[in-house]
Amino acid sequence: MSEVDYASLIPNNVDLASDVRLQRALEAWYPKYIDWWKTMGPEGFQDYEVYLRTAVGVDPEGWAKFGYVRMPEYRWGILLAPQEQGRTIAFGQHKGEPVWQDVPGEYRAMLRRLVVIQGDTEPASVEQQRFLGQTAPSLYDMRNVFQVNVEEGRHLWAMVYLLQKYFGRDGREEAEDLLLRRSGDVDRPRILGAFNEATPDWLSFFMFTTFTDRDGKMQLESFANSGWDPLARTTRFMLTEEGHHMFVGRTGVERVIQRTTEIMNENGITDPTDVVGVRKHGGIDLPTIQKKINFHYSVTLDLFGAEISTNAANSFNAGLKARFHEPRIDDDHQLENDTYPVARVADGQIQIVDVPALTAINARLADDFIDDCEKVMKRWNRVFQAQGIGYSLSLPHRAFNRAVGEFADVFVTDKGEIVPEGEWHDRKHEWLASDSDLEYILSLMQLQTTPGKYANWISAPRAGINGKPGDFEYVKLAA
Amino acid sequence: MHKLSESVEGKIGRLEFRTSPEAYRHWSIAIDGSVARLVLAVDEHSPAAPGYELKLNSYDIGVDIELCDAIQRLRFEHPGVKTVVISSGIQGTFCAGANIRMLGTSSHSHKVNFCKFTNETRNAIEDASHYSGQTYMAALNGTAAGGGYELALATEYLMLIDDGNAAVSLPEVPLLAVLPATGGLTRVVDKRKVRRDLADVFCTLEEGMKGKRAVEWRLIDEIVPRSKFDACVTSKALELAALSDRPDGEAGITLDRLERSEKGDEIRYPFVTVHLDRDRRNVILEIEAPDRDAPTDVSGIKRQGVDFWPLAVVRAMDDAILHLRFNEPMLGTLIIRTSGDGDRVAAYDTLLDANRNDWFVREILLYMQRVYKRLDVTSRTTFAFVEQGSCFVGMLADLLFAVDRSYMLNGQLDDRLPARIQLSELNFGVLRMANGLTRLETRFLGEKESLDNARGLIGRKLEALQALEAGLITHAPDDIDWDDEIRLLLEERASFSPDALTGMEANLRFAGPETMETKIFGRLSAWQNWIFQRPNAAGSEGALKLYGTGKRAKYNRGRV
Ligand SMILES: [Fe+2]
Ligand SMILES: [Fe+2]
Repeated sequence: MSEVDYASLIPNNVDLASDVRLQRALEAWYPKYIDWWKTMGPEGFQDYEVYLRTAVGVDPEGWAKFGYVRMPEYRWGILLAPQEQGRTIAFGQHKGEPVWQDVPGEYRAMLRRLVVIQGDTEPASVEQQRFLGQTAPSLYDMRNVFQVNVEEGRHLWAMVYLLQKYFGRDGREEAEDLLLRRSGDVDRPRILGAFNEATPDWLSFFMFTTFTDRDGKMQLESFANSGWDPLARTTRFMLTEEGHHMFVGRTGVERVIQRTTEIMNENGITDPTDVVGVRKHGGIDLPTIQKKINFHYSVTLDLFGAEISTNAANSFNAGLKARFHEPRIDDDHQLENDTYPVARVADGQIQIVDVPALTAINARLADDFIDDCEKVMKRWNRVFQAQGIGYSLSLPHRAFNRAVGEFADVFVTDKGEIVPEGEWHDRKHEWLASDSDLEYILSLMQLQTTPGKYANWISAPRAGINGKPGDFEYVKLAA
Repeated sequence: MHKLSESVEGKIGRLEFRTSPEAYRHWSIAIDGSVARLVLAVDEHSPAAPGYELKLNSYDIGVDIELCDAIQRLRFEHPGVKTVVISSGIQGTFCAGANIRMLGTSSHSHKVNFCKFTNETRNAIEDASHYSGQTYMAALNGTAAGGGYELALATEYLMLIDDGNAAVSLPEVPLLAVLPATGGLTRVVDKRKVRRDLADVFCTLEEGMKGKRAVEWRLIDEIVPRSKFDACVTSKALELAALSDRPDGEAGITLDRLERSEKGDEIRYPFVTVHLDRDRRNVILEIEAPDRDAPTDVSGIKRQGVDFWPLAVVRAMDDAILHLRFNEPMLGTLIIRTSGDGDRVAAYDTLLDANRNDWFVREILLYMQRVYKRLDVTSRTTFAFVEQGSCFVGMLADLLFAVDRSYMLNGQLDDRLPARIQLSELNFGVLRMANGLTRLETRFLGEKESLDNARGLIGRKLEALQALEAGLITHAPDDIDWDDEIRLLLEERASFSPDALTGMEANLRFAGPETMETKIFGRLSAWQNWIFQRPNAAGSEGALKLYGTGKRAKYNRGRV
């Protein structure tokens, strides 16, 4: 017998109250989830009230309710974007057929794999970020990481809902496994590489939410047009939350750049590569920021999988996973006879080669990601213009520092030049932060808990959350 | 135009089976005391034919030729190795099985030959575990899919890393519309004794199975967490090694590169010559008797090493059979001849028999058995001609019972002694076929008295009529008819449909009980070869052809 009334506890628009099967699955899973959250969620802040946004519905009033809540009591919900009547599959071999409301038997395994891989990233990032609260540069930032965390928790819920509702016993087992894997664990690592990297400091966090959450956005965007309607509707709603995560990342780095350039101007530092000068005044120097970009961008590119991919071809052709903004693309959406240009290594050089478009789905999604990232770089570089500093940040070459796909076996500089392995390792710290760089960043990570105050290495945000004033107490640390 | 669907049929060049560890591109061997580690890290840019990349530790004939060589060397060159651990050098993947693009683009005959060879190689792994005291185990440090799992199934112990990802699977049916036919289906139910209904579930589960259930279903023996994996592999390997009867501290026998020279249509090895008769589409394989007397004891045998006559003959036959199989598909009839001093052959035979328990002699005999089995599954007609000056004695006499028909000259075409054959102990219980029986047991399945009678003939020189009387040969034409008989025989054979002949011969050769091996070569391979021909797999809209393009196969839904 259920002692908890899950249907009213859990905000949902999937008629949980009358879905006995789903209720039963959740009864088994919910306590395990809470256990996981308490052990693997934000460390040391579970008992404090945090000013968080909760989604209780998908309508404009429901999707962003603000209020204080202790994180383990957060109301994680199961919310799907409203069903569009008469929607048809927009791509692949089933193009034009009505979307599926149930899992098509022939694609069951493929779909389950897609849901599990997406689902695995959600708790992973919570695990990666669990110590950040202890070094937050402000209450505002502390609240932001918690907001991101609880929403990643909800994203996990979204994927678990699909597994439990549509994949029977296998799905329930996979849902449990999502709580058993651990980021960075030797025995039970998370599925994808970048989700096993540490997020030890706040610059890493901002880079992660800028780049890696943006990969999340690209993946969700391509599921948002899935021919399997429950997946499309689930991911559409997740995207509304993902926007905030990227906002936290983009503005976070922007505020670091803002602060660094202020320090430079205040102290008459004109050489943008003057590492020692900036560090003397407690700022994060520009070359190190560039190196962090290089790292996070390159490991995130790996998440797109091999540029040429049979799995991606299959899931596109099956109508399960589209391209970015599929409906806006001007072609036949089936690609049986099309080609797509992909950067590959041929004859020891990086060349653009036309390959069958179906097999290049991953490469194309990465291209769209890169375009998106370029826009972010533009915004960051505006700070230099405003501050009158002759410097700009840029994305490294897509082949730089890759472990997956076409460039996994070659050693490439940030500018895209293939060099011998030995040379690459010798020059590695021209492009990637060294241990001492990372230690320096870590040394700056000091908890700042006075409302309205910010650590010296980052500037204040332009506006508060939900229109709150600058000295608003986002996390109530006083017991 | 889709570059990927461009056919590379026929582009596979001539295959070379001689290799050595220094030349491996895909495998490496590391030996530590009684344990050898055989590590697969396929160089994806070194396929045997152009047109595909060997991603995810997938294999083609080139990868398997190295594996076959490695297995062979571990047996002969490393008497002290008692356990062989197969694992992967690529993170997260043990082996993805046979390369699909390769299968999708190669000719039917290459696919069949490829499967036959991989099956023989996996059988050789089991042979080593069962009879050589060299036990194989699979350390599955990543997912083993399809042929990758089949490779693991050929070992005696399967340890799977429990990292939440690694699984074992046979996804051929759902993914490729073909069978896991490198022994997969057979070994799952016959060797691992997985219940047939569970096997049915497993074989239609694209993503396979991992964790505890894989153990419960007997698909694997054990799951081990990543942090303990290496230590558990090592301790299991040592545990298995302790059961071995292989010697400590003995030197191995180095398998020097097999000598082979070619001149026109003649290929020469030490003691073996192959004559290719392209006009008549025949091949003659001629084996010569030893050119010197047998050594007196085991140490003498070991001093001769690879030059020891029986081993030299078997190595040459092995290479010749494989060469003919892959590189000379148009020559439909294989004729075996022998020449030289039969008494010398008999002396070597006696020596082998007397030292059967020595590790090296045991390896020679097991190798002989494997090579003769390659002959048993040859898809061409095999004949033996016993003429004056021949030496079908003991181990060579067994070839008379391996071939489809044998002809022995009754009388004399010149002034040499009449043709004679001679049986030895090796024909009774040492050299076995895939069905577990000797060739004579199989031959005399319905006439036990003939078998007993033959045993009584051990050591006696039998002339044509005596051999015919004893049922040891098919025909004994006399000297007047001989040439004409042989000509007619070959002409008639060449006129039949090669497909019908292959099917007929394969079915007549394996009387007697079924074993896992016979099921693999008979049932599983035959079904696979049928499926390989069917449009649902191999047609332009078939799953095998479309794999990797993202397009889905269109099946003809009719059941045949
Ligand atoms: Fe997310
Ligand atoms: Fe996110």
